[in-house]
Amino acid sequence: MSEHPSTAPPLLAARGLRFARNEAPVFGPLDFAVDAGEALLVQGDNGAGKTTLLRVLAGLLQADAGAIDIDGHPAKTSLRSRAIAYLGHLPALKADLSALENLNFLCGLHGRRRGQTPVSALGIVGLAGHEDTLARQLSAGQKKRLTLARLWLAPAPLWLLDEPYANLDLDGINLVNRMVQAHLRSGGAALLTTHGAYAAPPVRTRMLTLERPA
Amino acid sequence: MMWPAAKALMARDLLLLWRRRGDALQPALFALLVVVLFALALGGEAQALAKVASAVLWLAMLLAGLLSLDTLFRGDAEDGSLEQWMLAPVPLAWLVLVRTFMHWATTALPLLVATPFLGELLHLPHDQLPVLLAALALGTPLLSLLGAVVAALTVGMRRSGILVALLALPLYVPVLVFGAGSVSAAAQGLDPIGALLLLAAGLVLALVLAPLAAAAAIRIALS
Repeated sequence: MSEHPSTAPPLLAARGLRFARNEAPVFGPLDFAVDAGEALLVQGDNGAGKTTLLRVLAGLLQADAGAIDIDGHPAKTSLRSRAIAYLGHLPALKADLSALENLNFLCGLHGRRRGQTPVSALGIVGLAGHEDTLARQLSAGQKKRLTLARLWLAPAPLWLLDEPYANLDLDGINLVNRMVQAHLRSGGAALLTTHGAYAAPPVRTRMLTLERPA
Repeated sequence: MMWPAAKALMARDLLLLWRRRGDALQPALFALLVVVLFALALGGEAQALAKVASAVLWLAMLLAGLLSLDTLFRGDAEDGSLEQWMLAPVPLAWLVLVRTFMHWATTALPLLVATPFLGELLHLPHDQLPVLLAALALGTPLLSLLGAVVAALTVGMRRSGILVALLALPLYVPVLVFGAGSVSAAAQGLDPIGALLLLAAGLVLALVLAPLAAAAAIRIALS
């Protein structure tokens, strides 16, 4: 990892991050940092705490100890909501709305990346022509692609992707990698969880391996 | 940022309502059923009906609201929408307020509009109608806001049908007492304004506090 953009603070940094559920430690203490233009691959077995880590970083769960900095500032709710786009296990799609209507709502909620529209995002994720298809009629992989379109439209620089490759075909896996690559090139960063079976995107990558606490 | 999010949420809720219009009619039909059954059970005696008309209308509205309470946040919790609400750059309490307003506008408001007709069915004395409408206009949003807190508290549970009712009813009782009380005061020739003002005060208080409480409850339920 040469040509490090030295002076700027990392986009995301965690120090001594620890989380326990009912006194049973889930992960940590963890220390890591992600610079703009970098991806952090979070690996670990099922139950190692990958999802929990992402939920803590997103602010859906409270860490028991440790600090999270975004762009050098302590991660407060207002800062988090502007800096982070989270792709979780739940699709956040309404089954009775069409693909385009779902995206329109989520854009209204989160704001929109400049120069992108819901229609263009649907084209990018390979759902062109499905604008008016109800979400309930999409396949699992197509739903995943729709959530990727939502991610693509989000103006946030930091992507937290929980198992982004799940349910996707080979073409879809390439799509995720291309999206991450383009996002990193425009100055963003991404955290991806995977249990290690997939090819990582061809970008500058750091690794973080979680182990199930004994 | 607040208005675009609110507009997007309102548009979404209206679209969803239209797509599932059969379900959306349920509370209104339920209220109609209560009113009609009451009229039939009392045998169409105009005098007996007139005495209980305002109370029956209040109960029908309250129970219709209770019926749809569980769906307020459950669907959004199950498909992950609430997670995205929590991560949005607008306060969760604001989205909860907008959602609750939509719930009121789609369940209570149509009934409010239909109240004069339902009142006719129950031989409601015409001089009581303005007071009843005022009490319902103040009371039903208050019921929706209180209900939102209860729905948020139970959103983490898989099945909560009876629990919602048990938690909501004690909160609903004061609203019912003052709401129905204002109409019966007017019927006896007393000034109903005191009860109406109390309802208004409760509504103002709930407008400020209920969304905050519901948002806090949602955060706890989803963590």
